[in-house]
Amino acid sequence: MLHTVNKSPFEKNSLETCLRLAEDNSSILLIEDGVYGALQNTSFESSIINAQKTIKLYVLGPDLKARGLDKSSLISNIDIIDYKEFVKLTVENDKVQNWL
Amino acid sequence: MPIEVNGKSFETDEEGYLANLGEWEKDLATAMAKEDGIDLGDDHWEIINFLREYYEEYQIAPAVRVLTKAVGKKLGKDKGNSKYLYELFPYGPGKQACKFAGLPKPTGCV
Amino acid sequence: MEDELETGVVKKFLYVNRRAPHGTVYAHEALEVVLIGAAFDQDVSLAFIDDGVFQLKKNQDTSEIYTKNFSKIYSALEMYDVEKLYVEKESLHSRGLTEDDLSVDVKVIDSSEMKKLMSDSEVVLNF
Repeated sequence: MLHTVNKSPFEKNSLETCLRLAEDNSSILLIEDGVYGALQNTSFESSIINAQKTIKLYVLGPDLKARGLDKSSLISNIDIIDYKEFVKLTVENDKVQNWL
Repeated sequence: MPIEVNGKSFETDEEGYLANLGEWEKDLATAMAKEDGIDLGDDHWEIINFLREYYEEYQIAPAVRVLTKAVGKKLGKDKGNSKYLYELFPYGPGKQACKFAGLPKPTGCV
Repeated sequence: MEDELETGVVKKFLYVNRRAPHGTVYAHEALEVVLIGAAFDQDVSLAFIDDGVFQLKKNQDTSEIYTKNFSKIYSALEMYDVEKLYVEKESLHSRGLTEDDLSVDVKVIDSSEMKKLMSDSEVVLNF
């Protein structure tokens, strides 16, 4: 399953709940204000790193760029993808769950 | 109402400002000016080009007060004053020059 | 035109920005209000707290999400005589950011100073 999160974790608990309920071997894609969840040195960093043991994390590059962020600001091993790869992910996964 | 220039149609808002910034071209500015009874000379173009650069950098059409100050900084005090700018653009340097430059109506212009 | 609007009364305005840019319209709308308000010659301060600090992040480039890059407007505020920008230190640090990450000159203040700024203001508008 592919999970998308589009809200800032500092404002809503969508990312937290998603991390708590996403099953092993699923994928989480952070889009729009959700990309802030991938930042280093925040209170969410440890739960993301913990989740990475079993879950693959992605962020949408154009949303990252719009917010003045790049790879250097992010927790390691999070893949930055473009729109085409976003489409590919949705096709590859049997289901998509959007955490709003 | 759309403006026709060189067989091309340009969409504008109800006050005559160009709807799509990216469509702007020099002939359109010339045509808009002609409609207002102004024949664009080098001095007009200097301000129009200044405004386009200003918009590119700050993403806003400056209010007249801000424009005057910014022109003064860039082009000198003899141009950065209301008298000079109003002589070039009698309907208001903010409103009219921004319109010719293809920008929206100035922000902070009440 | 500006003379007609002159009432002689100058109040301390504080615009409080608490939302991230781009995901919602709050940040951009707040800027519009600030710029329009600037014509009235008031004593204006801007506060950035919570996700609002993300509004000032350097190097924002919206070309790939096809929206207006209004982050450039923050650099023009000075020309509108809006020069007092305050960022709450706690909000900045909890988001892994430092003052060096910001695109414009600001004053970084702590929560107790922010509290004082708010109570010293006469009109407080939240976005």
